Amino acid sequence: MSEISLPENLSYTDEHEWVAVEPGAALPADPVRVGITAVAVDNLGDLVYLELPTVGSTVTLGEACGEVESTKTVSELYPPVAGTVSIVNTAVVDDPELVSKDPYGEGWLFAVLPSEAGELLTAAEYAEKNGVDA
Amino acid sequence: MSFATPLENEHHSLGASFTDFAGWQMPLKYDSDLTEHHAVRSVAGLFDLSHMGEIDVTGPDAARFLDHALAGEFTAVTPGRAKYSLICNEDGGVIDDLVAYRLGADQFLVVANASNAGTVFAELTERATGFDVAVTDRSQTTALIALQGPAAESILLTLVPPAEAAAVQELKYYAATTATVAEIPVLLGRTGYTGEDGFELYVPNENAVDLWRALLEPTVRAGGVPAGLACRDSLRLEAGMALYGHELSLDITPFEAGLGRVVRLNKKFVGSQALQKIADTAPARTLVGLVGTGKRAARAQYAVHDAYDPNSVIGVVTSGILSPTLGYPIALAYLDSDRSRLGSTVLVDVRGGKLPFTVVKPPFYKRS
Repeated sequence: MSEISLPENLSYTDEHEWVAVEPGAALPADPVRVGITAVAVDNLGDLVYLELPTVGSTVTLGEACGEVESTKTVSELYPPVAGTVSIVNTAVVDDPELVSKDPYGEGWLFAVLPSEAGELLTAAEYAEKNGVDA
Repeated sequence: MSFATPLENEHHSLGASFTDFAGWQMPLKYDSDLTEHHAVRSVAGLFDLSHMGEIDVTGPDAARFLDHALAGEFTAVTPGRAKYSLICNEDGGVIDDLVAYRLGADQFLVVANASNAGTVFAELTERATGFDVAVTDRSQTTALIALQGPAAESILLTLVPPAEAAAVQELKYYAATTATVAEIPVLLGRTGYTGEDGFELYVPNENAVDLWRALLEPTVRAGGVPAGLACRDSLRLEAGMALYGHELSLDITPFEAGLGRVVRLNKKFVGSQALQKIADTAPARTLVGLVGTGKRAARAQYAVHDAYDPNSVIGVVTSGILSPTLGYPIALAYLDSDRSRLGSTVLVDVRGGKLPFTVVKPPFYKRS
């Protein structure tokens, strides 16, 4: 696998999600955006449906908080950070293809006011675990 | 142990993603299965189906033998015609669904699903005892390429000598003939698994690459694409066609699957005794189509519930997708027969939520 983008200013998880937390940095006081990685997009194929957590709901580490559905499969979303969902990107709910086209930009899924970080990886660590030349 | 078709390198150079299907490394898609699906419906798709099983059945008793071995009637089939049929076991359970082409008075080609090819060959061989017939497995040496879509005929005609053009144009649905395509002799069937017009071309392995390349060029020029197994599944489901392992299995009778018309009980065949016993009783479960609203697909193994009693399970989904052509969810499901009235509403358990679906008679899509 090559040419898979993994921006270095983001942190990543084993469940193929990214969170807008600088690697090694403390959790910000403001909400942070969450999305799925280009690896996930590549594996899933054409996206047809997204189920995202509702604004105000609590997301807990290790508990599925939503679903990403492609033509063939449904994958669960796990929050990279625990906390309260402050905003949901309704644009991707209306057009899941935005996630495929721009997973780190316009394809962000939701933002969380973080209380606790899960196991976060750097771009390099995530790349190595997933066989990507980052 | 994994098999590769003779076209493996073609698929690699076209950038295909591969999947294992019945022990074969097959192209799942080349780019996007949605793009390929839409291309087949609007122009054409070119499929490598060389994983399928091909079994020659030849001899003076060939037709009588197939009458005995399969559920359909083959003595009545005219040479040059093909028939969709089932091979059953003694209990009337379905071992495979297949297509048998009558190539001559004493010659048939039986095409079985990749996952059942070995079993079908073993069963046919065993059932041939006492018949003057030779059953030969050609699966490993035969390649199968399918060209499916409204432009299939015009694409094919660019590769056929003028003297053969009329034969191709006049070839009826479920008929077959020998033809010369790009100077390669092929068995050409007007058969397919997409619900579109199209052709299936059978050649020995050594001609597969040349045939594929020859077909791909005019296909792409016409706006078509190479197409993989992912869109093959979404296309056949829209067309309401069964997939063995989903709608058909050893535990499902032809009557439950709505394939009673394929079963000819006026003759004796393997399984006819068991099927005769149940033929006059309505089956306990029935295969139906389901259509939904919204964008969430009901998928295989999702439970189906009574709309008025959401805890009671009345059936199970066997295949389902968000239909690319239609834009809404479609599925095939087995429901308790007394709950399978057309037009009724059922609830499907979709990832924890119970979504309403309407019972319909497949197909969901019909070509114009």
